[in-house]
Amino acid sequence: MGRVRFATRADGPAERMTGFIAHLRLNGFVAGVDETAKAMDALGRLDVTDLAASRLALKTLLSGCREDWVRFDEVFDSYWSSGGRVRHETARQSRAGPDSRTTRRSLDLPGLSDQSGSPDMADNGTGEADGDGTGRLMASDIKALARRDLREFVSPEDIALAEAAAEQIANAIRDRHARRYRTGKGPVLDLRRTIRDSVRTSGEPIRLHRRHKPDRPAQLVALCDVSGSMTVYARVFLAFIKGLMSSAKTTDAYLFHTRLVRITDALRDRDTLRAVNRLSLMADGFGGGTRIGANLDVFNRLYAKRLVSGRSVVMILSDGYDTDPPERIAAALKALGRRGCRILWLNPLKGWKGYEPVARGMAAALPHLDHFAAANTLQCLEDLAPQLRRL
Amino acid sequence: MTWQTLRTDLATQGYIAGDDLAMALHLAGSLERPLLLEGEAGVGKTELAKTLATLKSTQLIRLQCYEGLDASHALYEWNYQRQLLAIRAAAEEGVTGRETEDRIFSEDYLIARPLLQALQQDAPPVLLIDEIDRADEEFEAYLLEILSDFQVTIPELGTIAAKTRPHVILTANGTRDLSDALRRRCLYAYLDYPDRTTELAILAARHPGLEAHLCGQIVGFVQALRREDLEKKPGIAEMLDFAAALAGMGLNDLTDDPVALQKSLVTLLKTQRDRAAVPAEVAARLAGKAA
Repeated sequence: MGRVRFATRADGPAERMTGFIAHLRLNGFVAGVDETAKAMDALGRLDVTDLAASRLALKTLLSGCREDWVRFDEVFDSYWSSGGRVRHETARQSRAGPDSRTTRRSLDLPGLSDQSGSPDMADNGTGEADGDGTGRLMASDIKALARRDLREFVSPEDIALAEAAAEQIANAIRDRHARRYRTGKGPVLDLRRTIRDSVRTSGEPIRLHRRHKPDRPAQLVALCDVSGSMTVYARVFLAFIKGLMSSAKTTDAYLFHTRLVRITDALRDRDTLRAVNRLSLMADGFGGGTRIGANLDVFNRLYAKRLVSGRSVVMILSDGYDTDPPERIAAALKALGRRGCRILWLNPLKGWKGYEPVARGMAAALPHLDHFAAANTLQCLEDLAPQLRRL
Repeated sequence: MTWQTLRTDLATQGYIAGDDLAMALHLAGSLERPLLLEGEAGVGKTELAKTLATLKSTQLIRLQCYEGLDASHALYEWNYQRQLLAIRAAAEEGVTGRETEDRIFSEDYLIARPLLQALQQDAPPVLLIDEIDRADEEFEAYLLEILSDFQVTIPELGTIAAKTRPHVILTANGTRDLSDALRRRCLYAYLDYPDRTTELAILAARHPGLEAHLCGQIVGFVQALRREDLEKKPGIAEMLDFAAALAGMGLNDLTDDPVALQKSLVTLLKTQRDRAAVPAEVAARLAGKAA
């Protein structure tokens, strides 16, 4: 990406506009040569001496999603009137990777205005939890354990193993309720093809073509617990989630400990090392305590409304040790279940001999789960596939 | 026509648009490009298309998207029953297969669905593609051809080009992400809940009979309600219903009758949880502040 020449130093409107587009690109907008031409064309139709009108016109032309829309004025001012600062603090990292993504998130997600995955605070829904003195002390104690590098948790070999398991699972959980028809064997007559064919046999529909609704992969949502009690399993689970992401591109992933972090964009990065680096940046608080109920609440409030539907399978990877009251987990899971999704809970402890779900959180969660399974080794995860087919 | 006059014209039709929206709509018209509107439910995305159609005194063609929407519902379908009959009749008359084929694959046997209809109009219609994010990604890709070239290819018939370019408005509210390809072909505007002044203007435009004092209270109350933690925040349509309900009950002041106020909340709060979250006391408190 080239150097930005500022408006005052460029000569001619075309060069200034090119400079502005480059400036937008540096600030994370998706804009190119085509956009420059369109912008010039649009300005040609307006009174260019009217700064406010030009700004409005460029705003609608060059923004592509809500974040662009909100940020545009600031970026516009810094190019056309200040001639100084180039890059804003809010420039999104996620656009930096050339191959990392094909779609842009444009969700109304408070706390995620910056896509590099700022953590969402798990409060009590009233926004007052952090004002509470004891709560803050607790939190800082826990975060003292934080900032452990995730690199030591995910090695390339793990990823290869986990990917195989993840692929089987992603294939097992297929949605059988696709609504589009495809030509093939099925119960419904494909009239278009049948009639086209019947012209050959003078109107006698002898060869009947049929249509069917193909299975399609379900939307997977993975919520992974990375609290202190789960540390030993974190490497397996992260590798597993990375595997899920690469076999089903619509998979959505989150980490939670005392807070919930959306890691979908970080994991979608094809460069594993870079993905892991980005993860460790956002895993502030990794290895601390857990607040499952509160995090599920946050998930319900911020993400589930838009991203979880009847064709979703929500996978929770956790041991069920929660510092919140168990009713909270139950209520959050019930609310989540109302969205029509299927909920799986993979618990590494379940693989242990004589395990009973006595952790209060786990016991409270059980009635709301569609499937509860062990997950202490990759083998366990592989064994899941046949059972999930029945879900 | 400039964007300012467009805004005034919209206002005469009862649609109060902000500067940015008016400019977006104006440019979409003059550059002949689709306009993508995003925003919460109930901020007036669909209404804008309807108003635009009234303003241009042209037809509004609406395609409501849903999961599973495919070409045969959005674009065109052959009229199979008529085709079958025609083939039979042709066979009895002894017409050759070639002629039959020409006949049954002509426009007479084609059922035009909204997208094709929009391309066939003599005067440019307003084409509203509502809730595009509800349709599958396959459909979105399909739409790209139509939106960039304004033509449709029907294998049996050939390519049908648009007689006139329709004014295309797409709406989305974030059920899933839209592709960059689609976004790049459209102009973009994000609609937020209106500020107090704008909302007052909307209320005045739609219910001219209401007293200024009550209008202020209604808008203040609804805006305060939007700041509460609700599952479904009341939009502009809900606000207008609320105003109509109050007018119907003959209320002149929100703080007068807490029971009536609570009853009228059915127009604003649409889920059981939200109803429970705003009991009579909270409603009375919000109404008191709004006054």
